[in-house]
Amino acid sequence: MSLRESAAIVGLGATPYYRRGESYPQTELEMAGKAILSALDDAGLGASDLDGFAIYSSSCDPAEVASVLGVPEVRFAAGLTSGGGGCAGALGLAAAAIDAGMATCVVTLMTLQQRSRRLGGSAVDGVLTYAMMSDSGSSPYGGGGGLPPSAAFTANSGLLSPGHSFSLLAKRHMHLYGTRREHFAEVCISTRENAIRRPTALRKQPLTLDEYFDARMISDPLCLFDYTMESDGAIAVITVAAERAKDLRQPPVHILSSAHGGTGKWGPAIFRYFQAPADEFASSGHRPIAKRIYDMAGVGPGDVDVALLYDHFSPMVIMQLEDYGFAPIGEGGPFVAEGNIRWPHGSLPVNTHGGNLSEAYIIGMTHVREAVEQLRGVAVNQVEGAEIALVTGGPAGLPVSGTLLRR
Amino acid sequence: MTENAFGKVEVGVFPSILTETYADETTQPFWDAAAEDRLVAPRCTTCGTFRVPPSPFCFECQQQAVEWVELPGTGTVFTFTVVRHPLHPDLGPACPYVSGVVELDGTQGAGARMIVNFVDCDPATLAIGDPVEIVWEHFESGMSTPRFRPINTGR
Repeated sequence: MSLRESAAIVGLGATPYYRRGESYPQTELEMAGKAILSALDDAGLGASDLDGFAIYSSSCDPAEVASVLGVPEVRFAAGLTSGGGGCAGALGLAAAAIDAGMATCVVTLMTLQQRSRRLGGSAVDGVLTYAMMSDSGSSPYGGGGGLPPSAAFTANSGLLSPGHSFSLLAKRHMHLYGTRREHFAEVCISTRENAIRRPTALRKQPLTLDEYFDARMISDPLCLFDYTMESDGAIAVITVAAERAKDLRQPPVHILSSAHGGTGKWGPAIFRYFQAPADEFASSGHRPIAKRIYDMAGVGPGDVDVALLYDHFSPMVIMQLEDYGFAPIGEGGPFVAEGNIRWPHGSLPVNTHGGNLSEAYIIGMTHVREAVEQLRGVAVNQVEGAEIALVTGGPAGLPVSGTLLRR
Repeated sequence: MTENAFGKVEVGVFPSILTETYADETTQPFWDAAAEDRLVAPRCTTCGTFRVPPSPFCFECQQQAVEWVELPGTGTVFTFTVVRHPLHPDLGPACPYVSGVVELDGTQGAGARMIVNFVDCDPATLAIGDPVEIVWEHFESGMSTPRFRPINTGR
């Protein structure tokens, strides 16, 4: 038994995308409400139909959203643990809730307003807090409990941000396999080419190889363009049972399979201790997920028409191409260099929406939106005849996730 | 050398932002040895697996008992990054600095790695696999910061 094709995405809603802070004075709650109501309307449904929340990265408080939008009864309110790695997997959570009969109409969403906080900034903000507080012996976390004993093994390392973490994986991948910055550049440039054609994209100026190599180095080997941007906005999708989806306004996009998690020894390692086994260290952490979603769906990499791969940092696209079986391990660099991920003529168009790197970073939900639009046949950069899309969340601390969607 | 909110900040050296150990019984022996310039690590008495940072259970056999073993304090660079953009303006004088992962000699490797600031090194020539050795900075609070520097092998 599995949740294979038991549920379908039937509604899609979003606010405009904004550069960091520019969605102000809208709150995250207001943008969430706009995206949810828009998604319900897209499906031909209303707030009175909504009864479930399947979220990730603590995107909203379902209690607050339900009371503000007038949801009559909440029957399911759950989220995947950790952060953006759960994005694609939250769709599986929605399908599971529906398949189990716990809810009938489930929203998955992200809403983001970064006027006064920044994603990935907690460690950075913590730096000065540590520096100021540790002399007095008081705890930045209050409650008298102090920091966890493990903090003293990481705080003084100089590794503070997600970019620092992922540069370590990228460096190791380069060492093992000869991956080069030209390969990272191809990910950035091909993604930008896709963004240029889209009205929703925040970065629409062409990017050349020279500009890439002239860019400020942030955390070597990652330069400015290897990093995602910081954005505001909200995106919501509505999932219902496949049977019910037939009668709704939009062509259903079936949740073919979904998985989240990862190797136990990967753990929170990517941001903390870096203890992953050597053969998995220079990877995206997605290999167990890939196996499970292909097995559940009964398809393989060759059946995927378009891949929406979580691209907070460009090298992670290359590693996911390997871990999802599109290229042999270690050959993701040459795979992109050969033009394989380019739209429209590459063998596997990737991030046709411009990705986190060039369209907007709504913690992965833009990838879900693009997968739905591709399979409805209405994408701006439409992959001709696309039937199966892969959408992923992470790499990050566990869980990372992947979902296969079918037209 | 610059003096600011992080204390004395010099290029290549990430300043110690935590100067207390917040230790519990699982980690205190590490800091006791560190205060004497010794690197020690807990080894599972059942299966012999090292775990760094010290943690309450063996991730291989789930047992809790350990013996504390002194390590040579040397290792190899497993991976690293050169941080060129400061995440706080007062960290600017430390940039560029090199930080990354070291695999400790005398251990099994994965599961006992440390994340550290690599000092006294040339960011342009440091390479994965280079041999390194530990250098300690001590604080009156009982905290010590381990950093690693390249061992001059006459390359």
